[in-house]
Amino acid sequence: MPTIALTLTLNGKQVSAEVEPNTLLVDFLREGRGLTGTHVGCDTSQCGACVVLAGGRSVKSCTMFAFETEGLEVVTIEGLAPAVVGGELHPMQAAFREHHGLQCGFCTPGMVLSAVDLVRRHPNPDEAQVRHWLEGNICRCTGYHNIVKAVQAGGGGGS
Amino acid sequence: MQPFQIHRPSSVAEALAALRGAGEGKLLAGGQSLIPVMKLDLAEPTDLVSLAGIDALRGIRSEGGRVVIGAAVSHAEVEASPDVAAAIPALARLAGAIGDAQVRNRGTLGGSVAHADPAADYPAALVGLGATVVTDRREIGADSFFTGLFETALVEDEIVTAVSFPVPERAAYAKFPNPASKFAIVGVMVAATGQGVRVAVTGAGPSVFRVAEMESALADGFRPEALDGIAVSSDELFGDGDASAEYRAHLVGVMARRAVAECA
Ligand SMILES: Cc1cc2nc3c(=O)[nH]c(=O)nc-3n(C[C@H](O)[C@H](O)[C@H](O)COP(=O)(O)OP(=O)(O)OC[C@H]3O[C@@H](n4cnc5c(N)ncnc54)[C@H](O)[C@@H]3O)c2cc1C
Ligand code: FES
Ligand code: FES
Repeated sequence: MPTIALTLTLNGKQVSAEVEPNTLLVDFLREGRGLTGTHVGCDTSQCGACVVLAGGRSVKSCTMFAFETEGLEVVTIEGLAPAVVGGELHPMQAAFREHHGLQCGFCTPGMVLSAVDLVRRHPNPDEAQVRHWLEGNICRCTGYHNIVKAVQAGGGGGS
Repeated sequence: MQPFQIHRPSSVAEALAALRGAGEGKLLAGGQSLIPVMKLDLAEPTDLVSLAGIDALRGIRSEGGRVVIGAAVSHAEVEASPDVAAAIPALARLAGAIGDAQVRNRGTLGGSVAHADPAADYPAALVGLGATVVTDRREIGADSFFTGLFETALVEDEIVTAVSFPVPERAAYAKFPNPASKFAIVGVMVAATGQGVRVAVTGAGPSVFRVAEMESALADGFRPEALDGIAVSSDELFGDGDASAEYRAHLVGVMARRAVAECA
């Protein structure tokens, strides 16, 4: 099958690439661009480890084709904070660190990007809103409690 | 995954032409049902026709006692729509309880009704509210749209363009979800409309169905207690690891009563 041209804004930079029509966004990011912060934790579209922002919305990059990001702005965990060595974390990343919202870290990139989408829409979510929103992000380690606290703090709603 | 060619039409007519010119063509909407199925090689289209560039399939409008929602409108947009919240709040809540936030960001109304998953939520809304499915060539009443397990009245290359929902006097949807996927183990939409009471059940059997006995009992008195003593037969219902057929039959009664109570 011939490849197709893809142009998107990836972590703030315009990127042009050739992709197979059936390349999943997550494979384009991990294998095509070396952005391995986006994880794959399932093959049933249920775990949320692969969540990135596309067109300002959180999406499962394992359940979207790369070609569907044509013309969109895509943000992965690598691009959330400005790329400065030793630079500042994004407030949501800082809140996860501060509130111990991670243990092994496998789910964390997806959690953080999903949470960023939530607080952009609802800057001060209550606990029930956070838990409902994170329905699609599975964590095997933390028991969620500290993740909920982190998301509320990362959105600016108290600590 | 099998290789395929992509098509990016900007009108319904172009989409139709692309489908007709393809060997094994499939429409791609939100991809939240189709891509998982393709990853398992359970669907192997030679051509995917993306609906993303067709503006005519977008938008939500209220007109003359109806809410008309474009086929490519996402579950998240239905959930957040002020028009839907004002006219049919039960529909906004139903959309907000589909899957998870990322499924709602991508998944669409048209994709859900065309896919006709037996555990999907929208079929209960369409049948419970007495909606009309609008396609590129005709209008199909919800009662005759869902014809079986993953089966609808759509013909091979027919494209859903919108769904038109009449505004009910009151309506509510109660779902007993699978805790992992949120698909309905049983979901019941109850609506009091100008044309009478409608009770539609999803998740319990191969296709959404109405419960006539509940509808007439509620027509006589729209109270949860009106449903006391009405038993739904488990004969045609699913039994699986989530719930036995008997338990599903029981849940139909419980969810229906909850929905009626929520309407009050
Ligand atoms: C983890 C997970 C959890 C989910 N939980 C739920 C849930 O709780 N409740 C629920 O109801 N659903 C659930 N879903 C399914 C989800 O709602 C899908 O979005 C929906 O079933 C399909 O919509 P889509 O736009 O993604 O369609 P696609 O996946 O793009 O397409 C599905 C099918 O419909 C066809 N199609 C698409 N658009 C049209 C059109 N306009 N006209 C004709 N045919 C068309 C396609 O060719 C394909 O065959 C879940 C999905 C996932 C991955
Ligand atoms: S990898 Fe599990 S949802 Fe995408
Ligand atoms: S921190 Fe280990 S999976 Fe969430």
